[in-house]
Amino acid sequence: MTEQVPTADTVTPTGETLNVLHKRFKKAVRQDDRDGYDGILIDPARLVEVATAARDELGYDYLASATAVDYLGKGDHLEMVYHLCRTSGGPALVLKAQTPRENAELPSLTGVWSGADFQEREAWDLMGIRFTGHPNLKRILLWEGFDGHPLRKDWREAYYEADQKPFDSRWPDGHVRRAEQDNPYGKNVRYPDGFVLDEYQSTAEDALYADVALGLDVSADLATERVVVSMGPQHPSTHGVFRMIVTLDGERIEALEPVMGYLHRNHEKIGERNTFLQNMPYTDRLDYICSLSNNLGYALAVERLMSLGSRYEPPTYRAEAIRVLMAELTRIVNHMWAIGFLLNDLGAFFTPMMYAVTERELILDFFEATTGSRMMCNYMRFGGVAHDIPDRMRSEASLINDRVRDENTMEYLHKLINERLPRAIDQFDEYLTTSEIVTNRCIGVGVLSTADAIAASAAGPVLRASGVPYDVRRADPYSIYADLDFDVAVRYHGDVYDRYLIRLDEMRQSIRILKQVWPLLMDTGGQPFFAGRGGIYSPRVPAGESYGRVENPKGELGYYVVSDGGQNPRRYHVRAPSFINLTALEQMCKGHKVADVVAILGSIDIVLGETDR
Amino acid sequence: MTNNSDFLKELHDPELPVPDDMRSSVAVTNLDKLMSTVYNWGRRNSIWPMAFGLACCAIEMIATAASRYDQARFGMEVIRASPRQSDLMLVSGTVTKKMVVPIVRLYNQMPEPKYVLAMGACACGGGPFKDGYNVVGGIDKYIPVDVYVPGCPPTPQALLHGLIMLQKKIDGQSLSNRNSVPWYGRGPSDEATMPVLGPDIIDPRQAHILRRQAGATEQPSEPADTDA
Amino acid sequence: MYGSGVWRGLLVTLKHFVATYVDDIRWGFRRRNPAAFPVRQSLDGRGVFTVEYPEEKIAVPERFRFIPFLVVDNYDHPERAGHDWCTSCGICAKVCPPQCIWIVRGSDPDSGRPVPEPDAFYIDIDLCMNCGLCAEFCPFDAIKMDHDYELASYDRTSNHIYDKRRLSKEFRYWQSIAPTIAEQEASARGGWEHKDVLKQKAKDAKAVASEQAE
Ligand code: SF4
Ligand code: SF4
Ligand code: SF4
Repeated sequence: MTEQVPTADTVTPTGETLNVLHKRFKKAVRQDDRDGYDGILIDPARLVEVATAARDELGYDYLASATAVDYLGKGDHLEMVYHLCRTSGGPALVLKAQTPRENAELPSLTGVWSGADFQEREAWDLMGIRFTGHPNLKRILLWEGFDGHPLRKDWREAYYEADQKPFDSRWPDGHVRRAEQDNPYGKNVRYPDGFVLDEYQSTAEDALYADVALGLDVSADLATERVVVSMGPQHPSTHGVFRMIVTLDGERIEALEPVMGYLHRNHEKIGERNTFLQNMPYTDRLDYICSLSNNLGYALAVERLMSLGSRYEPPTYRAEAIRVLMAELTRIVNHMWAIGFLLNDLGAFFTPMMYAVTERELILDFFEATTGSRMMCNYMRFGGVAHDIPDRMRSEASLINDRVRDENTMEYLHKLINERLPRAIDQFDEYLTTSEIVTNRCIGVGVLSTADAIAASAAGPVLRASGVPYDVRRADPYSIYADLDFDVAVRYHGDVYDRYLIRLDEMRQSIRILKQVWPLLMDTGGQPFFAGRGGIYSPRVPAGESYGRVENPKGELGYYVVSDGGQNPRRYHVRAPSFINLTALEQMCKGHKVADVVAILGSIDIVLGETDR
Repeated sequence: MTNNSDFLKELHDPELPVPDDMRSSVAVTNLDKLMSTVYNWGRRNSIWPMAFGLACCAIEMIATAASRYDQARFGMEVIRASPRQSDLMLVSGTVTKKMVVPIVRLYNQMPEPKYVLAMGACACGGGPFKDGYNVVGGIDKYIPVDVYVPGCPPTPQALLHGLIMLQKKIDGQSLSNRNSVPWYGRGPSDEATMPVLGPDIIDPRQAHILRRQAGATEQPSEPADTDA
Repeated sequence: MYGSGVWRGLLVTLKHFVATYVDDIRWGFRRRNPAAFPVRQSLDGRGVFTVEYPEEKIAVPERFRFIPFLVVDNYDHPERAGHDWCTSCGICAKVCPPQCIWIVRGSDPDSGRPVPEPDAFYIDIDLCMNCGLCAEFCPFDAIKMDHDYELASYDRTSNHIYDKRRLSKEFRYWQSIAPTIAEQEASARGGWEHKDVLKQKAKDAKAVASEQAE
């Protein structure tokens, strides 16, 4: 059930598109000619028209990412940046619209792509751009009533110390302090001027329930009452601190509103204070099951920026091979985990999970020996990787009762790829695929049609299970994927069962890739794993923007990085697949029973670290 | 106070001669020791954690519960989804301001005796995301914590070490000594104060500081006397 | 036949169940068998997979990262016993992503000129994300990632900010937990000693050589 998809052409999309658009929209579209920038600037008044034309006439049917940038001190405007793609492949087209910082307002694109919904809400929440025509413009990551829009450059957090790291207080006169000691309120809080406690009424919860419809449904055969159930944020099947406000008519789902932000850790704000390198370990903590492929996406984005400069050396071949090895192993880890959890949600409590975790531990042993950590690998660097693969995976006893192991790494890998993992995948297949419990619960549940999946910007297994053979590894190849032989897995029913099957397919394809990468690693043994000189902790990153995207196990993970030419990114945005895949959740759940919601959510496979960032 | 404690120490001296008419009460204290031992043995080996994953650390928590590290060996495999049935809250990950409200509520819903283990740098003291505007610098600012397990993330073995530390702590608790545990005292113990989501999170215990600051016209420069 | 899928699935679990006992028989029913450990934890492992912490622990690999520590010369070193390797250059404090390293640069009490040893060195382990960047970029191999993860405590206010005393560990310790890496680093430096000592030695040797030549 796989299909060969066309690979990317190398023509830059901006030029060709601009010609077409210019004929129609004249002055409303123009080339973004700032240094290091690319894309088309659009007059906000005609944004919707241009977007519709790009979708319908130029074939850019997929809104990959939409985010805002604050150009304080550099034009003093806010800029909304849209990355559009063709599901048939090819590089992204970038559209931009600018608006003044005061009373920032732009037309909403939710009418063109429903996938713009959450992303625009995020831009409103964090940047304060009001989108006219948006059906539900509420805060999404923070709570209703929060003071200010924190990603604006002039907004300062409670523990604010300086705009950029490294902070001067650390060296040479680093007298240790906890941040609490410098804050008047101690607890990482900051209140607006003139805040009066006794007059304050919290609106955070009320806002969630503001427009749910209650009452008796008399039109149905059974007169049923509508009830509202709040699932989460502490719920065993929400994969973390995710919450849903579910309106039920009897057992049937009438409406569902995802509520998130319970793990909003201000990744982007912190990322803009960090230096480029310092962001690398933070990316581990986005999708914390797949830290290595997160690293890869960020490395790509920054390397793309660095390649604008003169002294840039691309990663060596060995480095690329190691990266692919790591990314594919990560995919297997993730899909195992996802299947285990899906079964957990279906009620097969913990047994499939145990089998999945066992295999994961064996892969993690390799990660730990190579990168130094089981989960938070922090392994990729700009221009390569941090260490080479060690000759031996050996441990050294340092605590009492320590039991040591010693294995040849390449042999371990070989065995892992050729014997252990294929066996484990087959075992899952045998164990679950035909099980009537699984098929009854999954087939025909949570269907997402092809058109809806594309419109809602779904990505990864969710998109491919709905019949769209779109995979960034093929559509816009990075690293050495262009040389590797693999198929893009695709299924056509778009239900929970297909999303389960596609994960099995993808694991098998990953094994196929790994089998090709292993000899490459043997051949390149001893070659440099890092290009250029090591030991540079603040690489020169020229001014400009770049969007690096990789096919993460959960879908397209994109990093939109804007550099001023300094040590820190001006804007650092993460296009998180888990976040955007949730856009279609309500659509998938409507009409199903409440017990199916957890199965559907499990089949989307979200990780809250990435959803909320 | 100091005399008092000396006196208590003297009382607990096993060599202390016991008058005949007080033998029975001595039996009670010994009984208490025995009872505490039995009771603690039972509790330490059946700690039911709450199924409650916050962030990255939760993944390691699940790994700890799975086959390689197998929390079940400590009687901790009964992971409950409901706070009403659990003894231990494993705060496994970054505590955000939005999330601390439900956490405090869950804590209040747990029956006593209850324990809190802060897993990972984030839950202990903010972790790498401490600077963030939506992150609480340590769960102990809102609820009492029994064991801190540093690390980012702590490996499963580090978490197990923390759980063993918790067992040791339970071993040291006594039924009669009210100072060792709050829940054997008379009457219900105090609930943790629920914070409120305002323009930023509002901790009602800080009300006096907030009022004072609102009274002041300018942002004061000196830090207030809050707990660090 | 309806239900056959469930039965096939249950067979898989049964296989796992049986494998556990087969594995037990294979290793003579000995729990925590040291000979069985490497096999059970490897790719050939079937059945029993559990590591019975704390009676047996999986030793961590050499590159393992937890909280950093500072390397000092061995306490029985003839000249530099307990001397810091850190020169308080500040690179680790600059590169640390959550900015959890605080360094007070050492200075000569008489002249006030900076000396290559820190007066104070703190790491707040409640912030440290175990990323290892400090160790990676330290030019003097003076800060390394520790392997001791058993750090759980009952109180954080008093003991979660590590000072220089708490952080310092002998060079010998680093050699013991990561022998191959220590050796690689030593060969890159040109000897087992601190970089500056080696430089000084080379200088002295040169001076001696040139004296002899004269
Ligand atoms: S301590 Fe580290 S691993 Fe744990 S939740 Fe915080 S960032 Fe994630
Ligand atoms: S980088 Fe190394 S030598 Fe420099 S201050 Fe840090 S530990 Fe000391
Ligand atoms: S390991 Fe990372 S976070 Fe910890 S002190 Fe070193 S650089 Fe800082």
